[in-house]
Formats: sequence, structure tokens, C-alpha cells
Amino acid sequence: MRILLVGNPNVGKSALFSRLTGLNVIVSNYSGTTVEYKKGKTLVNGAEAELIDVPGVYSLSATSKAEKVATEMLKEGDVIINVVDATNLERNLYLTLQLLEKNIPVIVALNFWDETKHKGISIDTKKLEEMLGVPVIPIVAVTAEGVKRLVESIPRARKHREKRTDRERWIRIGEIIENVQRISPKKHSLIQTLEDLTIKPLTGIPIAIGIVILVFVLIRFIGEGLINYLLNPLFDLYLPLMQRLSQLLGEGFLHDILIGQLINGRVDFLQSMGLLTTGLFVPIAMVLPYVLAFYLVLGILEDSGYLPRLGILIDAVTHKIGLHGLAIIPLLLGAGCNVPGVLGTRILESKTQRFIVVTILSIAVPCMAQTAMIYGLLGGYGLRGLGPVFLTLIIVAVLLSFALSKIIGGEAPETFIEVTPYRLPRMRFLLRKLWWRTRSFIGEAVPYMLLGVIIINVLYTSKIIDVLGRFASPVISGVFGLPKEAVVSLLIGFLRKDVAVGMLIPLKLTLKQLIIASVVLTMYFPCIATFVVIFKEMGLKDTVKAFLIMVFSTFIVGGILNLIL
Amino acid sequence: MTTLEELKDREEAVIIAVNGGAMFLRRMSSLNLREGKTVRKITSQPLRGPVIVEIDGRRYAIGKGMARKIVVRRVQE
Ligand SMILES: Nc1nc2c(ncn2[C@@H]2O[C@H](COP(=O)(O)OP(=O)(O)OP(=O)(O)O)[C@@H](O)[C@H]2O)c(=O)[nH]1
Repeated sequence: MRILLVGNPNVGKSALFSRLTGLNVIVSNYSGTTVEYKKGKTLVNGAEAELIDVPGVYSLSATSKAEKVATEMLKEGDVIINVVDATNLERNLYLTLQLLEKNIPVIVALNFWDETKHKGISIDTKKLEEMLGVPVIPIVAVTAEGVKRLVESIPRARKHREKRTDRERWIRIGEIIENVQRISPKKHSLIQTLEDLTIKPLTGIPIAIGIVILVFVLIRFIGEGLINYLLNPLFDLYLPLMQRLSQLLGEGFLHDILIGQLINGRVDFLQSMGLLTTGLFVPIAMVLPYVLAFYLVLGILEDSGYLPRLGILIDAVTHKIGLHGLAIIPLLLGAGCNVPGVLGTRILESKTQRFIVVTILSIAVPCMAQTAMIYGLLGGYGLRGLGPVFLTLIIVAVLLSFALSKIIGGEAPETFIEVTPYRLPRMRFLLRKLWWRTRSFIGEAVPYMLLGVIIINVLYTSKIIDVLGRFASPVISGVFGLPKEAVVSLLIGFLRKDVAVGMLIPLKLTLKQLIIASVVLTMYFPCIATFVVIFKEMGLKDTVKAFLIMVFSTFIVGGILNLIL
Repeated sequence: MTTLEELKDREEAVIIAVNGGAMFLRRMSSLNLREGKTVRKITSQPLRGPVIVEIDGRRYAIGKGMARKIVVRRVQE
């Protein structure tokens, strides 16, 4: 049996999906989190069934890509669980009525049942069941209340085949609402005041700026705290161990791979480039703390429901450079890791918008791992070092967006954003998401990092590096003004940006060279993992286009920086 | 009669007509933005940014161009 979860955006389908399948899926408080349909298995009264989380849609009228996809997917289902937001019954019933026209058995899960009470909404579920002619089960997806009953009731799902016009649907919904729903007016609550303050431009814009600054401060505070009080002390204890191991191993290949090169006769976590030294230190002691901090703060922003508001406040500005306001969400995700950023562009409807955002992401948005390393490299210089790097990237992003939207045409489509209600983030979800994302960072970073370290050692011991250096020096030295040894860093940058930035440390670059190298490393290529995802998402043609834009803009920007700095 | 775009902040109005192509109408209808519904304008963003409206306690940000196509009559307080 194949069960489809269908409902409006942000009605808790993903929360229900993870309840039913035990799988971890991202649950966030904004529309369009479920960008790719997800499949899982669940038990229905003893028999195994396939469960599919269909992207959220307001209707099946095929007015958007998601709606077309959802309509297509309906053909494959044996039964539909229509997830309905009980606090917004009228609008949700439109999709319900359309589903009832589809000749597939339907059962309604009346989610957000917990919220109806304090919103002063009462719904007569028996009556609703009668009028719809299908079972209606109140549930709370996040606490699993009612979920067991929902599953047990699946066999009672019924199909209808009534056909209605748009007008007739609304008339029917009017009758239903009249009969089943009572709303007692509630006085203005604190949440509503907050809603108003954060959306009205006069107060909303300063608050948004404040929040963005707070985000940066928090990430830095948490990241540095972890490094200074936890990870550095830990690695201080670890250092003598490596020192000892180095002596035990003596000179040779094994030493080069595991420990790397000794710097002034000692192990140096930043420069030795061995598997057990730099290979562990960079991802764990320099990058992980910031990744953790970033995802914690992002999780709070996501779950509270603030992100769409940021998209709305910035929409007028982004439209001027050809972008939809919601583009801010994948860009923000990309600042964590470009991979989810690229996937997150599915929130944007038009293909050109997606292409523009993907290109900007891979060129001008360094992931947290890289940012952490750039910070480590240039932070000592303060604004004089970090300013030019990030300012350049911002200018590049704006110009790219502007140029691309002009060239490949198509103004940003008109804004339509549902302002999702504020909710208090749930600790359980927050921590689970954080754990899940951090784990996937470690799972991805460590193997690539180790591979990178091995390649570096092979390149050095086999002297291939000298050949490559000579070969690349017209560009690297001629255009970018960097020493030819920087070629290794650019090579490793295909794999991991954080190690690549780390490899600049032994080169003893000047401030100007550090700035240029940081910018070039960000722009010329995203890491290989991101590139693969871009290819999967956008196809060969767009990937090639994006790649050419990367190479071209890196030359221009790197060259200009070399001239003007 | 006026449009959603021209309503003042906090003003309530009833939707009289939604102008535009069949696709636009269907899209608006599925969002419950349809004839006879009462809407409240919350605010509009500067620099020709989106208009924020409330219907049945839910808020939506819609582009100026869309807001202009939705004709409404003010509800007298
Ligand atoms: N209070 C309460 N919150 C819920 C309930 N179900 C879901 N939520 C919250 O509602 C938000 C949206 O949930 P999701 O599961 O991401 O919604 P979705 O339908 O998958 O959304 P899209 O993927 O965007 O279509 C999250 O913040 C959830 O924590 C519920 O029954 N009660």
C-alpha cells in the first residue's frame, strides 16, 4: 500500500512523516521545507506501507510547479492522508475538496489540534466527518497525540467522486464552516504584538538588522567559546601524544602521512599536514565549533518562523537586483554549507531564479567551514583583513545577480509569501536538527579532509607539485599575484575549502595576498560535493554555464584585486 | 471602491473582484483571496515592496502588482 501525505505548505506534514516513519526529516517553520518528496516505510495495522511526503500545495489547480508535481504524484497513491491545519480550516478545506474529487480514498488528519484551544477555535469533528464523508482525526504531529488513532483509521478512508467548480467548492466550504466551526474572539496577544512589530517596516527593519547582527555575534561567541574553553585545551593535551608518536615512527612515509612535516622540529597542528595532526585539527578544532554555532542559531531562526519575514522585508531590495525576497533563505542556508543551500533553492519557483541563486551561492557565498578558516587566517588583521574579503564577495553577489537577471531575462516573479505564524521552537526538534546537520558535516568533512591530506603528501613527495606550480604560475602569480606554491591550495580547494585555506598558512603571504587568495578560493569553484549537487539539481547545461561564470568572474575579480589593493 | 494596494494600514475591506487571467484567479481563489472575503491590510513595505494582508487571521505578503488587481470596498467602522 502506498500512502500519500498531502496538505497545504507548513501544516506539519514533515512532522507527521517523521512520526510515522521514524526517519529524520527537516521540520521548519516556513513554507516549502519539503522541497523534495520523501519516502519512508511505516506499519499500518501490521502491514508494511510506503509513505510519501508530497510537497505542500494550496490547491491542485496546477498554478505552480509544486502543484503540478503533487497532482502527478496523486496518481501513484492508494490512499491519501490529507493533513489539515485546524487553525486555518477554511483555506485548507479547498484542497480537501479537490482531493475528494480524485477517486482515491481520503482520510483527514486535523493537525495543530493543540493550538485550536488557545486560539479560541472549536471544531465539531463528528459533524465535519459527516459533511466531508471521510474520517477526520484530530492530531498533534509534534507530540504524536492522535497519530495512533489516525493510523488505525486508515482502512476507513473513503473515496468520493463529486465534481465541483471553483465557485461550488467555496459555497460548500461556506456551509461546512458554518456548521462545524465556532471562533470566540481572543484579545490581542503578545505574539500578535510581536507579529506587528516585526513586519511593519518602521519597527521591522531595525529589528531585522538587530537580529542579523545578533546572529553574527552569537555565532562568534559560541564558536570562540567552544574553541577557547573546550577544543584548544583538548588539543593541548593531544599534542604531546603526537610528539611522542612522531618520535616512535621516525622518518619515513608513514610519518609523513600520519604526522606530516615537522615545523622547527615540532608537530604543528596548522602546518604539519598529517592525517592525525592537521587532518583532525582543522575540521574539529577550527571549523566544527562555528558549524555547530551556525546551525544552532539557524535552527532557532527557522523554527520560530522568522525567516519568511526577513524575506518579505528584504524583498523590495532584492527585486531591484532581480531576485525574489525568499532567495535569502537558500543563501543563508548556503552560508552554512553550500549543499543544503543549493537544495534549498527549490523554494524558488522559477528556473531562472534558481539558476541565479545557485550561481551566486557557489561563487560568492563561502560555507561556514571556509568562513571559519578565513576568520582564523585574517581575523588577526581585524576589519582591515576581513573587510575587503567579504565586501568583495557581497559586491560580486549583487553584480552577478543584477547581470544574470538582465541577461537570461525574466524579472523576479511577483512576491507571494505566506507569513507563517510565530511558534516557540521545540527543544527536541531543535537539537535533533542540530545533531543531524552536524553529523552530516562530520560525515562529509572528515573523509574528504583525509583524502585531501593524502593527496597533498603524494603531490609533495612525488614532486608533481613543482610541475603544476610552474604550469599554473602565469595565472596564479601573473594574474592573482600569489606565489606559485598556492597552486596546492587551489587544487585541494576542489575537495575541501577549509583545508585549502589552511594550506595558505605556511606560505607566509602578505595581507594583500591573503585577501586575494581568500576571495579566489571562495569564487573559483564550490567544493566537489556542492558541484555534484548542482549537477543533479540543474542538469548538465546549467552546471556548465555556472562553471564558466565561476572561472570568468574569478579571473576578473582576482585580477582587479591584485591591481587595486 | 479601491484596491488592496491603496488601502491604508489597518483598514478592513471586502473583496469585490479579482482581476487578471484565469490562472491568477485560480491561484488567488485557492488562497481564499476571493470575492466576498474580508481582508485587513497590515502594512506595506517601502520601495514598492510587498503588501501584507490578513485573511481569517493568516497573513500573506503579496507583490504590489498583484495587490493592484484585487478590488475591494472599505468596511466602515
Ligand atoms: N504546535 C504544533 N506545532 C506543530 C504541529 N505540527 C507541526 N508543527 C510545527 O509546524 C511547523 C511546520 O511543520 P512541518 O512539518 O515542517 O510542515 P510541512 O507541512 O512539512 O511544511 P512544508 O514542508 O513547508 O510543506 C514546524 O515548526 C512544526 O514544529 C502541531 O500539531 N502542533
